[in-house]
Amino acid sequence: MENINLLERFDAYVAANKKIEPKDWMPDAYRKTLIRQISQHAHSEIVGMLPEGNWITRAPSLKRKAILLAKVQDEAGHGLYLYSAAETLGIDRDELIQQLHDGRAKYSSIFNYPTLTWADMGAIGWLVDGAAIMNQVPLCKCSYGPYARAMVRVCKEESFHQRQGYEIMMTLANGTPEQKQMAQDSLNRWWWPALMMFGPADDNSPNSERSMRWKIKLFSNDELRQRMVDMTVPQAEMLGLTIPDPDLKYKEETGHYDFGEIQWEEFYNVIKGNGPCNKQRIATRKKAYDDGAWVREAANAHAEKKAKRKTKAA
Amino acid sequence: MSSKKDWPLWEVFIRSRQGMSHKHAGSLHAADAEMAITNARDVYTRRQEGASIWVVPSDQITASTPEDKEMMFDPANDKIYRHPTFYNLPDELEHM
Repeated sequence: MENINLLERFDAYVAANKKIEPKDWMPDAYRKTLIRQISQHAHSEIVGMLPEGNWITRAPSLKRKAILLAKVQDEAGHGLYLYSAAETLGIDRDELIQQLHDGRAKYSSIFNYPTLTWADMGAIGWLVDGAAIMNQVPLCKCSYGPYARAMVRVCKEESFHQRQGYEIMMTLANGTPEQKQMAQDSLNRWWWPALMMFGPADDNSPNSERSMRWKIKLFSNDELRQRMVDMTVPQAEMLGLTIPDPDLKYKEETGHYDFGEIQWEEFYNVIKGNGPCNKQRIATRKKAYDDGAWVREAANAHAEKKAKRKTKAA
Repeated sequence: MSSKKDWPLWEVFIRSRQGMSHKHAGSLHAADAEMAITNARDVYTRRQEGASIWVVPSDQITASTPEDKEMMFDPANDKIYRHPTFYNLPDELEHM
C-alpha cells in the first residue's frame, strides 16, 4: 500500500520534470536501470581511452600529442564523474569494475574497432564524439540529479573533442592526395559503427518506452540517429569527403536525409563479444587494474601509517 | 586484509575564484586527504575551474533526510511577508 503511494508520487514527480536525488525514494527498477545505464556509460569512457591511447606515442607532432593526451585524460575524468554518479545509487566502485572485467557490464561497441591510422583520431573525434554529444546533451536534463550534473560537465568538455577531431580531418583532407585518401578510408570505416552507437532501431528497443517515461532517455534511438546523419552530411561535404552510403539522399519533403540499411548483424555480433578488439580491450583493462594493485595497496598502507602517527602525536 | 580495502570516498568542493564560496563539484576515491586533493585537482579542475579545493570524507557529512523535507522547509511557505515584494507601496516612493 505504502509503496503504491510512493510510486504514484514518484511518477508524478518525474512527469513534472523534477529531479530525483540519491536519498529520495525510487522504484527498484529505476535504480537498477540507472546503475546499468550510468555504469555502461562510465565503462565506455574508460575503455574509450584505449583506441586513442594507441596513437599517443605516434602522434604526428608535439602539438597533436599534447592535444591527444589532454583528450584521453578528459575521457578518464568523464569515467570518474560517471562512476561517482553510479555510486550514489548504492553500488561500490569495485563492484562496477568487476562487472566490466567479467563481462556482466557492457560498454559502447564502437570501442571494439581498431584504430589503424592517424586519421582515425580525426574520425573518432568528429563522428564518435559527435554521436556521443548527440546522445549526451539531452541527458543533461535527465531525471536523476547526479547523472544530469555529471553530463553537464562531460558535455562542456566533449565539444573540444569533436572540434579537434574535425580539425584533424580538415588538415588531412586539404593535404596530399595520400592524406586525403587516408581521411576518406577512415570515414569509410567509422561511419556505420558511429551510426550504430545510437543503439537498435526503435521497433527493436524494448526498454525504451519505460526509460523515456522515467526521463532517463529523452529521445528515441532512431530520432537521434537521424539528427546525427542530418548534421554530419554537410560537414563531410565541407571536407570534400564522401559518406560511404549509396542510398544517402536528401528528401525535400521531410527536410531530412534518407540513409541506407544498418547492418544490425554486425552490431549484435560486436556486442556479443566478437568484434575485432573485444578480447584485447578487456584484457588491457584487466592488466592495468591488476598491475595497479600494488599501488592501491601501498597508498592504503601509507595512509594507515600516517593516521597512526597522527594519533600517536595527539 | 586492510590493504585490500577500497579507497574511501571524498566529497569535493571547489572555489572557482577568490571571492566566491566553495561549491560541491562531485566525489572521488582516495587513500587519504592529501591524495584526495591531488586527485580532485586532476578530475575537477583541468580547465582552470578552481582557485581552492576542499575535500571532506563522505561519511563525515550529516544530511537532512528527504522524509523530513516537509517538516523542515514547508513552514517557510506561508511567510511570504519575509519577501520585500509582499509590501504594497506607492510607485512614487524612491530609494526603497
